[in-house]
Amino acid sequence: MIEFFRKQAYLIDFTMSSLLRRKGKNFGLLLVYTLIVFMLASVMLFSHSLRKEAGIILQQSPEIIVQRLVAGRHALIPAEYIQKMGRLRGVTSKKGRLWGYFYNPVVKANYTVMAPDHLDLSTTEVIIGAGIARTIGLGIGDYFTMRSNNDTFSFQVKDIIERNSELVTTDLVLISPKAYRVITGIPEGQFTDIVLSVRNPREVRKVAEKLVQKLPDIRPVLREEILRTYDSIFAWRQGIVFVLLIGALLAFVIFAWDKASGLSAEEKREIGILKAVGWESADILHMKFWEGIIISLSAFMLGYLAAYLHVFYSSAVLFESVLKGWATLYPQFKLVPFIDGLQIATLFFFTIFPYVVATIIPIWKASVTDPDAIMR
Amino acid sequence: MLISLSDINKVFNQGKHNEFHAIRDISLHIEAGKVTCLKGSSGSGKTTLLSMIGCLSRPTSGRITLENKILSGLPERFLTDIRRHTFGFIFQKFNLLQGLSVLENVMLPAYPLGLNHKDLKASAQKLISHFGLDRVMNNPVEWLSGGESQRVAICRALINDPQILIADEPTANLDTRLSQEFMGLLDELRKTGKTILITSHDPIVFNSPVVDRIVEMQDGQIMES
Ligand SMILES: Nc1ncnc2c1ncn2[C@@H]1O[C@H](COP(=O)(O)OP(=O)(O)O)[C@@H](O)[C@H]1O
Ligand SMILES: [Mg+2]
Repeated sequence: MIEFFRKQAYLIDFTMSSLLRRKGKNFGLLLVYTLIVFMLASVMLFSHSLRKEAGIILQQSPEIIVQRLVAGRHALIPAEYIQKMGRLRGVTSKKGRLWGYFYNPVVKANYTVMAPDHLDLSTTEVIIGAGIARTIGLGIGDYFTMRSNNDTFSFQVKDIIERNSELVTTDLVLISPKAYRVITGIPEGQFTDIVLSVRNPREVRKVAEKLVQKLPDIRPVLREEILRTYDSIFAWRQGIVFVLLIGALLAFVIFAWDKASGLSAEEKREIGILKAVGWESADILHMKFWEGIIISLSAFMLGYLAAYLHVFYSSAVLFESVLKGWATLYPQFKLVPFIDGLQIATLFFFTIFPYVVATIIPIWKASVTDPDAIMR
Repeated sequence: MLISLSDINKVFNQGKHNEFHAIRDISLHIEAGKVTCLKGSSGSGKTTLLSMIGCLSRPTSGRITLENKILSGLPERFLTDIRRHTFGFIFQKFNLLQGLSVLENVMLPAYPLGLNHKDLKASAQKLISHFGLDRVMNNPVEWLSGGESQRVAICRALINDPQILIADEPTANLDTRLSQEFMGLLDELRKTGKTILITSHDPIVFNSPVVDRIVEMQDGQIMES
């Protein structure tokens, strides 16, 4: 047993000095390989954490949003609709919401303005998302202004929403319902939409059906539908990137294959020498296996580390524009770092396995032939 | 008698248009502790025969025995095992691994045995000093002169302490003085009890008093012995 481990140590030793003998070639290879892993890992980490963020937010959102439609378009919904809905089995609360978008031409950004009634804000107070605070440079106690058609309104910043999930809250502005109605001109007794909480998720669809029967001019939007939409948007964007990456990966496999199968005459001769001086084919395969492992493992670790830093500490500068983009306000977008075992395993399998196989197979051919050729 | 060959044939590219019968019905006994030289012109089949004896290739037909163990027909694994414990090879072109140091080249054949690293290094160093290579021990082999390269090749052939040394045209790349020096080294090795098998068409080799027996070959057959 100890011989086996010592032997592997010798083989690794030999492999290391072999790799160093062909520095240029092997560093080039390592670089290309690391780059591939970096790209793949970046996409995986980035899209996965975006999806997770959106998931966290939507998980907290209501099960059903009721919108009123006028001529097929979203219109304000009167407060009496809450009474008109009557008692619905399984519905634990019904509440009108006030919210909308607000464009700030100075910073060219869209804010999401909401007026929740549970926050106890006075008419001159505002709570803003961390993204807005950063772009405009506001702190607590500073003044935040919003302009409507004919007036400018100032609010004192009461609080800044710190990120536990920055993606959706970063562009959020919270003001009191009263102030919201003044700015937007939405009269008392009207809401943007109505939200319903349903305790049992299996009852959601039934509730939605009943709603449509009772109030034909409304449209219920279910949370699970939103989740699915988000998911498919992400999957679709990720899909594009993956197609590109698969192309890159394929190129790499061909490159590795070519590099390995086109064993140079020099390498073939060395294999012959090793066999002639007493190495078994299996020893040579082990040695090449270690070579594959050393190169691919270093590339994997370097690439993954670089991707980790790229996504979580440089705001994924390289493909922000590809994968994000349903809001405009991402000044200093920082995702919450995470490591996912399954993801690492997937990436590991798709990068290391093909490479090691591609290195070993051609060697197999060379190492099982008789070594007498080197006598000539 | 150590090695015995009976009715050995070697056919290259059998069944193809370029089929070539390199060795024909050779039977031969090689004695332990002696220096045997296969003599013959180029193309007479010396290397082919030597590589079959050293388990580097297999005969097309016939039987090779080593101390009454039948070698022909053994699977590769066993052949390798026998090869590394029984035979040490000195090649005409030295066949050292470029880029590795003298010490690494000498230790190379022992790697698969998984010996204790300190012991292995010590015995390699001992061999290296014995052959006067201390000064170049850590140099890469491409810096060596021809004579030094050959001595490294000898050290490498001896690292697993084989019973039999096989040298294919060992003096082909050496000048007269180095060739004579090499014969001196062979003599020394013979005195330590090694069996030595060499091929050559160099008179310095086959006229040397170190050689106990000359086997002359022509067209894949033995002329006289
Ligand atoms: N792999 C091979 N395929 C075909 N012919 C070969 C092969 N190896 C050797 N030969 C032929 O076998 C003959 C004997 O070769 P070899 O044993 O190298 O002769 P020597 O060592 O005496 O010069 C030569 O004619 C050579 O061309
Ligand atoms: Mg020859």
